[in-house]
Amino acid sequence: MTAFWILATLAVLSAIVTILHRSPVYGALALVQTLLLIAAMFALLDAHLVAFLQVIVYAGAIMVLFLFVIMLLGAEDEVRLEGRSALRLGALVSAVALAFELATVVVAKRVDGSALPASFGSTEALAERLFSRWALPFELTSLLLMVAVVGAVVLARRKA
Amino acid sequence: MTDEPTTLLRLIPLLPLAGAAICTFAATKNLRPVAKIVGPGSVLAAFLVVLAAVARFWKLPPGSALFDRVWNWIDVSALQVDLAFRLDALTSVMLLVITGVGFLIHLYSLGYMHEDPDLPRFFAYLNLFTASMLVLVLAASMPVLFIGWEGVGLCSYLLIGFWWAETANADAGRKAFVANRVGDAAFLCGMFMLFWGMASAGAPSLAFTDLNRMAPDLASRWPWLVTGACLLLLTGATGKSAQIPLYVWLPDAMAGPTPVSALIHAATMVTAGVYMIARLSFLFAQSPGAMQVVATIGAVTAFFAATIALVQRDLKKILAYSTISQIGYMILGVGVGAFSAGVFHLMTHAFFKALLFLAAGSVMHALHGELDVFKMGGLAKHLPITSKTFLVGTLAIAGVPPLAAFFSKDMVLEAAFMHGHPVLWFLGLAAAGLTAFYMFRAYFLAFAGESRMDPHVEAHVHESPSNMTLPLVVLSVLSIVGGWVGLPHGFLWGDRFGEYLGPVFAHVGGHGGEHAEAGGATPLFLMLLTVSVAAGAIFAAWKMYGAPSTLPDEMEARFPRAFALLHGKYWIDEIYDLFVLRPYAATSRFFWKVLDSAVIDGVVNGVGTVLSRAGESGRRLQTGNVQHYAFAMLLGAVLTAGAWWLWR
Amino acid sequence: MTVPIGHWLALSAVLFSIGAVGVLLRRNLIVVLMAIEIMLNAVNVAFVALSRHLQSMDGQVIVFFVMTVAAAEAAVGLAIILAVFAQRRTLNADELGRLRG
Repeated sequence: MTAFWILATLAVLSAIVTILHRSPVYGALALVQTLLLIAAMFALLDAHLVAFLQVIVYAGAIMVLFLFVIMLLGAEDEVRLEGRSALRLGALVSAVALAFELATVVVAKRVDGSALPASFGSTEALAERLFSRWALPFELTSLLLMVAVVGAVVLARRKA
Repeated sequence: MTDEPTTLLRLIPLLPLAGAAICTFAATKNLRPVAKIVGPGSVLAAFLVVLAAVARFWKLPPGSALFDRVWNWIDVSALQVDLAFRLDALTSVMLLVITGVGFLIHLYSLGYMHEDPDLPRFFAYLNLFTASMLVLVLAASMPVLFIGWEGVGLCSYLLIGFWWAETANADAGRKAFVANRVGDAAFLCGMFMLFWGMASAGAPSLAFTDLNRMAPDLASRWPWLVTGACLLLLTGATGKSAQIPLYVWLPDAMAGPTPVSALIHAATMVTAGVYMIARLSFLFAQSPGAMQVVATIGAVTAFFAATIALVQRDLKKILAYSTISQIGYMILGVGVGAFSAGVFHLMTHAFFKALLFLAAGSVMHALHGELDVFKMGGLAKHLPITSKTFLVGTLAIAGVPPLAAFFSKDMVLEAAFMHGHPVLWFLGLAAAGLTAFYMFRAYFLAFAGESRMDPHVEAHVHESPSNMTLPLVVLSVLSIVGGWVGLPHGFLWGDRFGEYLGPVFAHVGGHGGEHAEAGGATPLFLMLLTVSVAAGAIFAAWKMYGAPSTLPDEMEARFPRAFALLHGKYWIDEIYDLFVLRPYAATSRFFWKVLDSAVIDGVVNGVGTVLSRAGESGRRLQTGNVQHYAFAMLLGAVLTAGAWWLWR
Repeated sequence: MTVPIGHWLALSAVLFSIGAVGVLLRRNLIVVLMAIEIMLNAVNVAFVALSRHLQSMDGQVIVFFVMTVAAAEAAVGLAIILAVFAQRRTLNADELGRLRG
């Protein structure tokens, strides 16, 4: 329980730093922290494979990409949150409302007592699901990745 | 009574119709000679076919008719109307008048319209008119009659406004059309009422033979229907035949070429109303109330129009009011049940009125369009044929025996008196006196005495060419002998005309025009009275206008208000304008400006404006800022989740 | 004592909202993209928590897919940012208003 509270508080704080800090670099670093904390949460939830993937893919690959682009573009520090007050107020209100609505969801209770199978969250368990029931989405995802690659290449091309 | 089938009848209207088509073509290609031959030629051909058809008809036993079913026109379940023609005694009389007098007038037009550049168009319209009138009198059912009815109305409009470049002429044509339209609307309502009655009684047909058969049945079941329909039909007749209250177009119609006035507004179209009532005699006879109204309108109109004619200066206007008055006699005749007397007067009137109009045209031709009788005088020596024939016509219309109108007019008046309408008889008698007076006033002022012509005009006065004077002569002969077919009862061969038409009106209880048997000496007394009134009137006219006299001016000075009333034509046109036309125009303007422009256009345009403004406002959502769009999505998500949250 | 599922979901909701605020109110495009990543991760948290609660691996499979899509999206998104910067020399969202209607 304690673990949860620590992780949760830290994750929220780093997320806030990500979006609030005026320098994008600091924001990116805060985001990395957030991602690692979330990986820890996954582990806490017995989702071991996903936790590893989170670290490797998200924190490892995606954030590196982000940092590359930030360095490349020399993103300047930005003056704080200068949105029009109407938008600012509206956004904040809406976000708070959304959080409230989503948080107060009541979920059907499973029989809490029964113990999880030991292999829950393992690579085998995920693989078993992935290549049987979710085989088609898996294939489509590979198609999606190909499209993304092509798109990125096309966009990055200079005009000849 | 049997109907003999034939295909001859369809030729009669078809020939002038083809003539109209050819003349139209000639008008577009400017082929004057073609029009000059085809125009009168088609009517002559029709006349010859009429002769053949009538000869065939005379071989049939009395009471039969020739029948020509051309085509099945309307065929919807409850209503079957054939395009069919039927020739009986009444129709035969009308056909001979229309084609015979019509041909003479066409011939006259060759001379009168000789220099007019639009001659082909004139003959096209004139032929079309003739065809329509023939359809009208040949029709075997009411809808077909109505085709002809409308057709003559249209041609009247076209011909009155023939020289439409002058606004006044176009206005006159329009006035005629609108007045006729009012009557036509009433006619249609009457026809619909009749059809309703016929269909309810089990015979859904508007053929005259069927209406004839069913008339007593309809009258016993729904007397109000028969009376109502008759009154509506009468209203239609007042429009076409220029009676009170819809006569106002006829004086204005004198704006058209004189042959038009002669044919349409004397001999044929204006008699259509009389013909229609005679054709439906069995129906009208079932409603004494309607008959009373008919007779009253006829008598009052006859007197009323005659009074206005007294003070007219324009020669054609005098003749126009005279026509209104004489048709009043015909209407009076059919109204008192003397149907063949009314038709008899229709025939004689066609002769002498056409003659008078054509002679007036001859005068206009000689004087280069002058029509004011006070600017004429002494024409007798310059225009011998014209003045002699005009005199014949004047004698005829005044009812001087033994010329035509004496017999016909006398028959009508006698019928009025003998059938118990003394007031109407008196009006008719007074009108007869006035007629004689104003016609001789016209004659004396125009043809007798010293010349009051403009010297420049007088220098060019000459008699008309023979294609104009020949019809005048023929018509004057007819005006003399035309009445001899209807002699008083007991005189020589008696009323052959009435006997001839007898079978047509057999259903109206023997009042077919036969003189009433009662009162042997009364008819003779009435006749003498009529003649003496006419004689007195002629004498008065001679006294006042035959020689230069100050009497007319003295009379006008003594009765200024009466004369003002007559000069102003009883202000009827002004009353109509004030109480009918202006409110109507105001209503139209209201419908236009308020209802159409403001309301309807407003609504339609308003819808467009609202949508356009809505679009403009909606456009402001497209700020181009992606974060705004994202906010919109978030808002949507919040609301959706909220809805779920509220109702979970 | 196990953490109640409600706590996890509340956490997920809060993170999601933080990400939403970031998307709406920051002008730097890269920061916006990072905020989107926060939102995706919040969703992942919810999926994993529910997967454990309902004792089904399907939740984690979906997380797998989300990560894949997030990677693809981040790649393409950054490529777009690079292209926009090459053309407009700015990363300020307010200055990119060509979609205005």
